Amino acid sequence: MPLTARLIACFDVVGDRVTKARRFADNIDVGDAAAIATQVYADGIDEVIFYDILASKERRQANLPVIEAVAAQVFVPLTVGGGIRSLEDMHAVLEAGAEKISLDSMAVRNPEIIAQGAREFGRQAVVQSMQVRRVPVTAGIPSGYEVMIDGARVATGLDAVGWARRGEELGAGEIVVNSIDQDGTHQGYDLAITKAVADAVRVPVIASGGAGTAAHAAAAFRAGASAAIISSLLYSPRMERTVPLGEIKDELSREHGLLVRI
Amino acid sequence: MTDVSRPVVGVIDYRTGNSRSVGRALDFLGVPNRMLRVPGDLAGVDRVVLPGVGSAGTTMGYLADAGWPAALRSLVAEGDMPFLGICVGLQVLYEASEEQDALCLGWLPGKVRSFGDGVRVPQIGWNQVRAAGAGHPFTAGLPGGGDFYFVNSYFAPPGGPEVAATAEYGTPFAAVVARRNIMATQFHCEKSGPAGLGLLRTFTALAREELCR
Repeated sequence: MPLTARLIACFDVVGDRVTKARRFADNIDVGDAAAIATQVYADGIDEVIFYDILASKERRQANLPVIEAVAAQVFVPLTVGGGIRSLEDMHAVLEAGAEKISLDSMAVRNPEIIAQGAREFGRQAVVQSMQVRRVPVTAGIPSGYEVMIDGARVATGLDAVGWARRGEELGAGEIVVNSIDQDGTHQGYDLAITKAVADAVRVPVIASGGAGTAAHAAAAFRAGASAAIISSLLYSPRMERTVPLGEIKDELSREHGLLVRI
Repeated sequence: MTDVSRPVVGVIDYRTGNSRSVGRALDFLGVPNRMLRVPGDLAGVDRVVLPGVGSAGTTMGYLADAGWPAALRSLVAEGDMPFLGICVGLQVLYEASEEQDALCLGWLPGKVRSFGDGVRVPQIGWNQVRAAGAGHPFTAGLPGGGDFYFVNSYFAPPGGPEVAATAEYGTPFAAVVARRNIMATQFHCEKSGPAGLGLLRTFTALAREELCR
């Protein structure tokens, strides 16, 4: 692998606070978003993602002042999702300091928004994020993973691998595979769907949901992920002990032979 | 806390995120800077940053519409104004790009090519950069190796005397080019953590005489 194993802190933001969910529910308050982002940047995080988890439901844009506050202090890539329905919304979020837009439920409702974003800002600016759930294999869902939307509450009937292929065709530059079953459990990523998507597309794939140890992240990289979201490891209020980023990188490098950014 | 003796850095503004990100990084470093829409905005500007936007063709189209190619040629390519290209801002310095078959500025020889089928494209992530060539004040502070954040599907040729650092993604490519007052990074120095900010700071501190001896 020529690139370093990319470690991402992903924040579920409500207002200007970071919260932490389990299986997309029961969010617990963790702290001030800008302060936490600045801390993980100082610790050496490779990338930051902000999901404004209520923006979509409340039919409003993501919280721009928080994005601006983070972008003034944090000089690694910043992705923002939540509440993005139009090119205008994308402009506002990028102008506020994000370099990538994450499209999730809105892309399922209106897949053309992926293509519009890619045409306007380039493929690299458009991240397709999907919430997936294990289901019985059927003709309609041959991978055994279904795409869910609206905070994992609404089933779409879409096959996760098929939806990833479609997103890549439309112009997504990266794909986040977020396992609802594993989310916040600290039991490890869903490696089967991570691998299935990574094998099906040529754009980078980001594993999400379930990190509990550095070894879990290593397994995701071996499964073909280009990056791993490790929020739980860093700050979950449900973990007995959170793990410092330096320790995670050390372990990935020494015990799993992965390149990491020092 | 503006120091009047410090240069004002002009950032060519595409009205997209990239230009503003460079401005924010310069603000963080305490370097006076302003956005430039057209060459007429250059008054009082001591050096110029050209971020890239989207693709080589889009970037060249924007530059041409605003009248930048001729202005930059006389001030930078034929003059001594310090210049920093970032990402697509590096690629457009070459003669052409395979991306949209774009004709580019042609300050550097060669053509920008696609990474092709062997790797995941775009390259998105932190890649190791190694110093190359005879050395240039811009990369003098670059340690033997360093990780920087790349986002690109196309790359510039790794050979040639202007290449100051290389990286590898299936194939070797130019990570930094530096010739006299013309400097450029394929990676996003404004998004590469402290190492990237260090390079930006170096760019803002280099004197014309030092570059154009």
